[in-house]
Amino acid sequence: MSGLSSAHSVVEPGIWSKRIAATLVVVYALVTMIPLLWIFATSLKSPPDSISYPPKILFTPTVEGYCNLFTTRSRQTPEYIESLGEPANVCEEIARDRSMVVVGASKYWPRFVNSLVIAFGSTFLAVLLGTLAAYGFSRFKVPLADDLLFFILSTRMMPPIAVAIPIYLMYRELGLSDTALGMILLYTAVNVSLAVWLLKGFIDEIPREYEEAALIDGYTRLQAFVKVVLPQATTGIAATAIFCLIFAWNEYAFAVLLTSGTAQTAPPFIPTIIGEGGMDWPAVGAGTTIFLVPILVFTILLRKHLLRGITFGAVRK
Amino acid sequence: MDNDTGMIDRAATVAARATPPRLVRRVRGLSDKAIAWLFIAPTMILLLVINIFPLIWTIQLSFTNYRANRPNAEVVNVGLRNYERLLTDPDVWIAMQTTAQFVFWSILLQTVIGFSLAYLIDRKFRGHAFWTTVILIPMMLSPAVVGNFWRFLYQPQIGLFNYIVSFFTGVEPSSFEMLGSVSLAPWSIVIVDTWMWTPYVMLICLAGLRSIPDYIYEAAEVDRASPWRQFWSITVPMALPFIMLAVLFRGIENFKMFDMVNLLTGGGPGSITEVASITLKRQAFEAWRTGPSSAFAIILFVAVFGLANIYVKALNRVKQR
Repeated sequence: MSGLSSAHSVVEPGIWSKRIAATLVVVYALVTMIPLLWIFATSLKSPPDSISYPPKILFTPTVEGYCNLFTTRSRQTPEYIESLGEPANVCEEIARDRSMVVVGASKYWPRFVNSLVIAFGSTFLAVLLGTLAAYGFSRFKVPLADDLLFFILSTRMMPPIAVAIPIYLMYRELGLSDTALGMILLYTAVNVSLAVWLLKGFIDEIPREYEEAALIDGYTRLQAFVKVVLPQATTGIAATAIFCLIFAWNEYAFAVLLTSGTAQTAPPFIPTIIGEGGMDWPAVGAGTTIFLVPILVFTILLRKHLLRGITFGAVRK
Repeated sequence: MDNDTGMIDRAATVAARATPPRLVRRVRGLSDKAIAWLFIAPTMILLLVINIFPLIWTIQLSFTNYRANRPNAEVVNVGLRNYERLLTDPDVWIAMQTTAQFVFWSILLQTVIGFSLAYLIDRKFRGHAFWTTVILIPMMLSPAVVGNFWRFLYQPQIGLFNYIVSFFTGVEPSSFEMLGSVSLAPWSIVIVDTWMWTPYVMLICLAGLRSIPDYIYEAAEVDRASPWRQFWSITVPMALPFIMLAVLFRGIENFKMFDMVNLLTGGGPGSITEVASITLKRQAFEAWRTGPSSAFAIILFVAVFGLANIYVKALNRVKQR
């Protein structure tokens, strides 16, 4: 056995160790996907199917969960329902089968839009401020730079609930309670620490010679920054932006404590989706699925930079 | 000489191509020092306003009996009494113990499983890159939104989790309640946390394993060190700083843990799963005891700050390698 593998290379694992490793990893990956697949499956079930015992793996898919997610319905008498004309759309039809009529839109879409606005707004600001600060720290001798960088990082170590107490009071005074602007500023402050640390790493990797050449050429520092450094840092900026976006998109603690109505984002809203007589799990599954899909896409885009992002740039592969 | 400046010249040509010819001027615009401060100041101001000012406010409130739901009531300065009460309050210590147990068990499981997975993936079988990406997915998702759905998986009669457990063990699926029973509720949180964050530890461990140069193993092979010996004398010690880094990151995050616990159990049943963040939320936003809860927040700050210091030291050690 050892003769076989050492004929190839001493470090290359043998074929059997590879096969065993592959089997175990694939089994783990499949098991770990079960909850996610179940979320998706539940989103396509009818409410009775979703709570049947034993849990149904095979079922007739329906869009009822998605309809219930986006609409509010009210129960009506059969006579009234019969008096109505043809159902206008598939959601209307499903509702009538359950002796209900669609009376309006649910709050899911506005909450989803809030999530989009707050996530993109805070990401833009965090990356903008972060890029400037990272360049400052990377290229210039800033007094106490290490202490300032540690201070920036330490702001992210604070437990969100502890930060939320004074923020709650401050926002109440300033009229920022339950506003998108308030949440954008808060998420920007949380994300800017990550942005500075990550981007400093990326900018450190850009050779200074490029800028120096530009300076010799008559560029000012600002011009060199805009025309030489920024284009080189595009990948790093994009990766940082996606990390900030995912954080703001996923955030729950601040959102649940500081927003209640107009500025509420999707994460605190989804757990409050209820149907008649308990949780409407297909609707929850639908809301969760729609909420998670963008992150799946981003994760795949980010996979090469994940390690760097989750360690604040400490490990770069 | 030519060789040394070759790269600079090339860069200069690149830059020159983008420069309009008339721009050959010696005016430097702003000085470097001014630019450095101009660039760093906005971030600092934002952090001062959103982090430091509120922190100072919290410290000030922690010495009072202020209640946020009664803004007009008289505020009395109570000195250190809030701190005294908190540090002698058995409930607070129970919450700290609950937090410590949760941190310990979830991180132990994540480290063992995460390192094992990283070790297996490092066997570099065909398709390992794809499966690594699949395994990483849970850690990118929202702990609140996914945690909320786990409530469904944990339902005693209809939940998939109970069904699968009963399928493999024969225990009646409605005979145990993960979220509702005193003995199982803490584990239900540990399970979800492990499911979600094992990939995180795995990813960092994998970087650690990949940082070990091949020639060390080749030398060990020449010395006829057994695979077992190689694992314990090369793999583990050389990956250790990375494992430590992962443990510290998870330690800080789990110390602050709020989302998942709030949605899965809300601290219950009773206060069995009431970790520090949940206690703080109940005190600050349900009982509205703003003064005492500010003191509690400061105590947590100090604890996390201690952890952060250890973390930065470990981080520097990793960087030195």
